[in-house]
Amino acid sequence: MTTAPAQAGWRFRQPSVIPGFGLTLGFSLAYLTLIILIPLSGLIWRSAALGWADFWALATDPRTVRALQISFGTAFIAAAVNVLFGTLVAWVLVRYRFPGRRVVDAMVDLPFALPTAVAGIALTTLYAPTGWLGKLLMPLGIKVAYTPLGIVVALVFIGLPFVVRTVQPIMEEIDKEVEEAAATLGASRFQIITRVLLPGLAPAIITGFSLAFARGVGEYGSVIFIAGNLPYKSEIAPLLIVIRLEEYNYPAATAIAAIMLALSFAMLLVINLVQTWSRKRYG
Amino acid sequence: MEVRVVNVRKEFERFPALHDVSLDIRSGELIALLGPSGSGKTTLLRLIAGLERPTKGAIFFGDEDASQKSIQERNVGFVFQHYALFRHMTVADNIGFGLKVRHRAARPSAQEIRRRAMELLDLVQLTGLEKRYPAQLSGGQRQRVALARAMAIEPKVLLLDEPFGALDAQVRRELRRWLREIHDRTGHTTVFVTHDQEEALELADRVVVMSQGRIEQVGTADDIYDTPNSPFVYSFIGESSSLPVKVENGEVWIADRPIGLQAPHAPSGEAVLHFRPHDVDLLDGCSGCIAGTVAASRRVAGTRRVELEIGGERQRVEIELPVDHPAAQKSRVAFRPRRWKLFPAA
Repeated sequence: MTTAPAQAGWRFRQPSVIPGFGLTLGFSLAYLTLIILIPLSGLIWRSAALGWADFWALATDPRTVRALQISFGTAFIAAAVNVLFGTLVAWVLVRYRFPGRRVVDAMVDLPFALPTAVAGIALTTLYAPTGWLGKLLMPLGIKVAYTPLGIVVALVFIGLPFVVRTVQPIMEEIDKEVEEAAATLGASRFQIITRVLLPGLAPAIITGFSLAFARGVGEYGSVIFIAGNLPYKSEIAPLLIVIRLEEYNYPAATAIAAIMLALSFAMLLVINLVQTWSRKRYG
Repeated sequence: MEVRVVNVRKEFERFPALHDVSLDIRSGELIALLGPSGSGKTTLLRLIAGLERPTKGAIFFGDEDASQKSIQERNVGFVFQHYALFRHMTVADNIGFGLKVRHRAARPSAQEIRRRAMELLDLVQLTGLEKRYPAQLSGGQRQRVALARAMAIEPKVLLLDEPFGALDAQVRRELRRWLREIHDRTGHTTVFVTHDQEEALELADRVVVMSQGRIEQVGTADDIYDTPNSPFVYSFIGESSSLPVKVENGEVWIADRPIGLQAPHAPSGEAVLHFRPHDVDLLDGCSGCIAGTVAASRRVAGTRRVELEIGGERQRVEIELPVDHPAAQKSRVAFRPRRWKLFPAA
């Protein structure tokens, strides 16, 4: 082994001073295979067994298409709302010292911890036409519970911590001097925020968005309570999968799941590429 | 632009950072604020910039009272120790930022901004790097970009907060010379903060020595070094040694012996004698001199530093000898300061 046979094969990278590259990489790959790859390839294998024509028929079924639209659409809107208000919450937590700040900070994590069904039931009670908030919104002609709007509300609740927790640490790192420099150069408060602070936060905000979005697409527990689950109107794709399973219609269930998988993967890939690009630029 | 600081006091949550400071800065002058950390030099600089508001007092730019104006209106160029560049912008965009954020009426065209950025890039000798991002530059280059950015808005005053503090010694010296050149060429009134006396003395037209929120002395490098007006300035600037002494009838005594120094105008009583370690005459015999036992002797570059213990109280002082001087081998050395100053005992 003194002739360094490793030279002959291909290598990922030069080994660093810290040993164990081979071991850790091997472990990571085995772990990812076991936890993620095998279940997912099982899914693809099952749906591939359908045959192309059958798969296409199931995929273009109007009820499926509509459910997918609702799932991805509401998750997108909810993630966008969370970007706006999550960034604001992070800003308040980072920049201001006020009594009860720690309590608010801890509260942000609640949607992580709370069983999603509990969240769904609580939100439904609040927003139902007879609930506290629903009663107030009813005269304005706004119906939240049992509509796609209700789904958005549930997903906003579920996704908030993702944005806050990704943006917060980056915000804490912002050097106050950078803002001061911008001010001495004549930039107004508004210009400092839009031209200096937000562009610096962009990579973190994109990450927060993609996490909230991914979570929203897959969310089931909280949504089914508030959505009303009317086919073609407020029925989400994960629920449709469960319905198909209960009908013992496994091919349809796997087909929908495979489509969701493909779409999610494609979108996360795009977001990741955007992110790599912005990281490279801003160092 | 002439800057006048008039009776400024600044408190941070009741803790005074500056006590009643006044300072006149002449137009076109390069002036250094020098002092140890906590002396209030950075606070004074930030007050001039408008990054802090004075608790009391006023700051005038020419005849205008600038303390009533916001940072944005003051039109000052500020350079931070850690550059504070906008890392998502290219070098050219960084430099042009101050022009781009102006109101439409005052804003030059995009081409004009670009031309101006290129011109400044030339001035700071970074031609060709306009498309780089700050992360792709060295520390010295970043600081030059920061200076170009500050100069782009044609500031009334240029303020630099420890501009070379984060750089290594070699780059520091180079940038120091270069800053002097830029100043001579552009003629901006410039104030910079430093804790490095060499930097202050070498670079500035006048040096403001600060300590504990007060200005101790303002003057040229010669004034500050040759005629320090307080024990603090004497010991802070350059090397110095001090000894507790007694003045009686215009003569200086250590313990029970006169040391051969005449101080006809000094009041009798306790005092502290200050002198420079290299500014001493070595003596053979000792009638009227300071004599001490050699406690330590170190070779420092071209000289030898000898630490002496003086008198029964074993006060330690340091003097400098030529490397080959025979006195360095002896166990007792006698000397008399050539130039010295007495300050009343604290």
